[in-house]
This record gives sequence, structure tokens and C-alpha cells, in this order.
Amino acid sequence: MWRYVLRRLLQAIPVFIGTTLLIYLLVFALPGDPIQALAGDKPVPENVLNTLRDRYNLNDPVLVQYAKYMFGLFQGDLGENYTGQKVSEMLSGRWVVTAQLALTAWTFELVVGIALGAWAGLRRGRLADTLVLGGTTLLIAVPVFVLGYTAQIVFGLNWKIFPSAGTDQGWPVSYLLPGMVLGSLGLSYVARLTRTSLAENLRADYVRTARAKGLGRTRVVGRHALRNSLIPVVTYLGVDFGSLMGGAIVTEGIFNLPGVGQQVFQSIQLKEGPVVVGAVTLLVLIFLLVNLIVDLLYGWLDPRIRYE
Amino acid sequence: MTKHKEVDPTGPAGAAPAPAPGAGAGAPGTSAAAVAEAGGTVGGQAASLWHDAWRELRGRWVFWGSLVILALVAAMALFPSLFTGRGVNQGCDPNLSKLGPSGDHWFGTDLAGCDYFSHVVHGARPTLLIGVAVTLFAFLIALVFGMLAGYYGGPLDALIARITDVFFGLPFVLGATVILVAFPSHGPGAMTLVLVLLGWTTMIRIMRAQVIAVRDADYVQAARLLGASDRRIMTRHILPNAIAPVIVVATLNVGNVIAGEATLDFLGVGLQYPQVSWGLQLNLAQSYFVDHPHLLLFPAVFLSATVLSFLMLGDAVRDALDPKLR
Repeated sequence: MWRYVLRRLLQAIPVFIGTTLLIYLLVFALPGDPIQALAGDKPVPENVLNTLRDRYNLNDPVLVQYAKYMFGLFQGDLGENYTGQKVSEMLSGRWVVTAQLALTAWTFELVVGIALGAWAGLRRGRLADTLVLGGTTLLIAVPVFVLGYTAQIVFGLNWKIFPSAGTDQGWPVSYLLPGMVLGSLGLSYVARLTRTSLAENLRADYVRTARAKGLGRTRVVGRHALRNSLIPVVTYLGVDFGSLMGGAIVTEGIFNLPGVGQQVFQSIQLKEGPVVVGAVTLLVLIFLLVNLIVDLLYGWLDPRIRYE
Repeated sequence: MTKHKEVDPTGPAGAAPAPAPGAGAGAPGTSAAAVAEAGGTVGGQAASLWHDAWRELRGRWVFWGSLVILALVAAMALFPSLFTGRGVNQGCDPNLSKLGPSGDHWFGTDLAGCDYFSHVVHGARPTLLIGVAVTLFAFLIALVFGMLAGYYGGPLDALIARITDVFFGLPFVLGATVILVAFPSHGPGAMTLVLVLLGWTTMIRIMRAQVIAVRDADYVQAARLLGASDRRIMTRHILPNAIAPVIVVATLNVGNVIAGEATLDFLGVGLQYPQVSWGLQLNLAQSYFVDHPHLLLFPAVFLSATVLSFLMLGDAVRDALDPKLR
């Protein structure tokens, strides 16, 4: 088990370096000189430019810049923006918003998705099944921004069930509608994965054995079939947590939530490289960590899986 | 996708559970479809699976329904003049801005007073082109490198797996936005490139898992004993038996790519003004949705119907190919 964790951690290192380096190269390949951009079209004395470039390591080759950045990162320093603001300070309040949004969406996916999937899987081929399949296919097909605006107009403005935008009412009220919109895609996948997997497992020998032993239906389904069916679902939920954090850009924009996504999107447009790299690096770290946790959960869900 | 995004790790109904990220030879994730597929071909000739699938598909209205919608959209993309007499951004009258649907303008007019119907018709081409082209390139990459990684294993496999992980770890919307802002061009070519770059990882994982599932099968061993070359084994024996789930995911992927492309257009980093696309229409209309819902409705309906058709087509093909689900 611990050898497996160690091996996975070792494997995660090249992936982490590769992904962050890729982002770093992309961001700093953005055309234009960020220091000159601070002054707009006004001329800037050469020595001022050079001092500032030195301060942000812009005179080094890009790989050296990257190495220095990583070195700082492991000391908890995300660097500073070209205007001298600390990136960690710029992002700190925003992580809370994005994390609350992502968690709301994730909980929604997990609870409603598995419930719908189990409902459909147990009634395969009947009305419930058709409804869930049709509904989730529709949710997958409608782009999230169309869904977001429609939900905002209908539930926020016309029916006034939820606040239409902003975070005035705090968590959870302000986050319910955006969370459901953000989680709708994942919800569909979770429901469909659960359904397929459960329907398959219900026909397995061990379920027949459990039934033959005289176990009640709740126990057979809950303890035996559903638990084993959740393996692909857990994989998906793990992978999805990362994409929820990253995909929150659109939802945050529609519902005007001041999260990381909005900040990063603005920073990309303003060519504030350090902010983009800082936020995306943290996202990648979260993504890798969650995936590791997911792989470790397999063993608990399915005792047949052993870690070498 | 982001939604879309997030181009998803498994097919919607997950006939093929995603190979465990980074784990060895797909230990927990040896795909159900793989098993089913191998089982399905043991008894007869390779052709029978496809033959059975076709027989199954023929009788399903979902299959024909999606095909009809896709044929309609494809006709719009190929021959827009069949549907509308107006060219791209032609005959616009700013005095007629944001009119509702009427006899003259079936779908109303947009912000600049252009006929919305002809916009929607012309929007089909870039949308469909990008969706199909991206999937085709990603499919080819997956086929070649997934095959090599799965067949040879060892360091090559490890290398390809790590590179896949690197790209898989990039958040889709953020990654695409960063690349597109740096990119000098925002035409369909650039969009295709960016979407391929961020979207090839799902299929290659499935292809690799498929190849691993069949590479030690008896008929492969037999071919090897008869002296077949690696190349012949890969193309004649493994490929036909490994490709089915990848085709399914590719079909579903077209829908995801189209949704992803629309999202990037919507965010303003995708296709730009003289171009016409559904995502761009939604982007231009986003401030006016509340008072003029037709601006949201028409492009959204066409976009969703197209994505939906690809998804349902993929689902139908998967059901037909996977005997386990029958």
C-alpha cells in the first residue's frame, strides 16, 4: 500500500513538472513586453525597464525563470504581479468563492447523480430509466452557458426562487443555482455511469449469491451491488473535481461570482502571467492530489483490488 | 466539456470505465467494453460484430432521428444557399435591430439588424467543420500512439502515458484561453489546432486499454507463430478488434468538441466577428437575452440539437456494439 502511494507520488512529479512547465511556456509566450505594458505607450528609461525585468527574472532564459518560480512555489511563495501585488493575496479571497462553488456543484453531482442513476439502474428499461436517460442526454447537450443564462432568467429573474447573481446572501443560498448549473454536466455523467454499472452488477453472480443467502433487497443493492458499481463513478467524480474548479470560469462569469476563474480570465486578457501561472499551478496540484486519493479509494470500494 | 469541457474521461454511459489514471496495465479499469468486445468476437468472424451492430441499429428510431438532424445540419454547412438567399453578414439594416421573428425574418434579426435565420444557417459550417476535424485528428493520434503504447509497452508506453497525463491535467477552458490569447489567428484552423491539442487524451487512453486487452489473445499469438510481422499483427489483427469503443467515443467526442468550441466563442477568445458561428452569436447576444430571448433561443436550439444528435448517435452505436448491454 505505502509502496503504491510512493510510486504514485513519484509518477505525479514528472506530470506536475510537465503540466506547469507547459502552462508557464504558454503564458510567457504571450506576445508583448509586460513591463513596457505597465507604462502603455509612454517611453520608459532603459534602466527602469531593466531593474523591473531583473526583479521579475525576465532577463533570464525561460527555463531558469521557471526553475526560480518553482523554487519559490515550494517555499509557499506564488510570486507577485507586475504591479507589485502578491499573487497569493490576489487569489486568497477568490479561492474561497471557487471552492464553495465547486463543492456545491460536486455535492449536487454526487448526491443527486448517484440517486438518479440508482433509480434508473434498478428500473432498467422502464419509465424511470427512460426519463433519466433522456433528461441527462439533454443536460449534456445544452452548453453550460446557455443553461446558465436560462436558469438565471427563469429561476432568478422571473420566478425569484434563487438570487440571480452575486454573493450577497453568502453560502449556500447564493451558490445553489450556480452550483447546480456547474454540476449539471457532471450530474448527467454520474447518473449514467451509476445506472450502467449498477444494471450490469445486478446480474453478477455475487448478487445472486447474496440474494440466495436471503439478504434483504436494501442490503443486496446498497451493500453489494451499489458499492461495487461506484468504482467508475468515483473515478469520474475525482477527475471532475479538478474540471469543476477549472470550468468555473463560465459559471462565475454568468452569476458574477468573484472567484479564481474570473480573476484568471481577466489576467489572461491583461497578460498578467504570474497570476495565471499561480492559479493554474494550484489547480493542477489539486487535480493530481484528488486523482491519487481516488486511486486509493478503489481498494476500499472493491477489496479485490490490491496495491502492489 | 467545461462543460465541455472538460472533455470527459469516459463516454456518457461509461461503457468503458476510464483506465485508472496513471495506474499500470489498467488494473482496476480494464474496460468492460474491452471484455465484451473480446467475448463478442471469439465465436465468429470479425465482420459479424459489425453486421450484428448494423442489424441492431437499423431498427432504432434514435439512430435514424439523429442521422436526419445531422444530415440537415450537414446540408446547411455544405450548401447554405439551399436554405437562405443571403450571404454571410449580408443585407443587414441597423434600423431593424433585434426584431422578433416574423414572416420576413423567420428567426428575427440580430443586434446589427442582420437576418438571424441566415446567420444560423451559415453558422453550421465552422461549427461542424471544427467538430469533425478535431475529432478526426484526435482519433488518428489515438489510433497510432495508443496502438504503439499498448502493443510495445515498456518505456514507450510509460512515456506516452506521462505525456497524456500532462495534457490531461490542463484545465480545458483555462488552457484553451491561454493558448488562444497568445495565438495570432482566431480562424477555424487555429481553433482546430487548440482543440486537438487539449482533446486527444481521452481516446488514446481507451485505445491503449483496448490494445492491451486483445494483444495476448490466442489469434494474435497464432498470427505471431505464423510469422506475421508486428505491423501486420497490429493492423490486421489487433486494430479491427480494438477499434469499436474508440469509434463510439469519437462520435460522442464530436458533440463535446462542438460544445467546447461554442464555449470558447462565447467567452470571446474563439472565432471573431466576420466569422459566423453559433457560439459567436450567443456571445454577441449575451447582454440582450433578457429582453430579446429569440437571440438566445435559436442558436442555442441548433447548437444543442447538433450536440444531442452526436451524443445519441454515439450512444446508439455503443449499445449496438456492446453485446453485454443487450
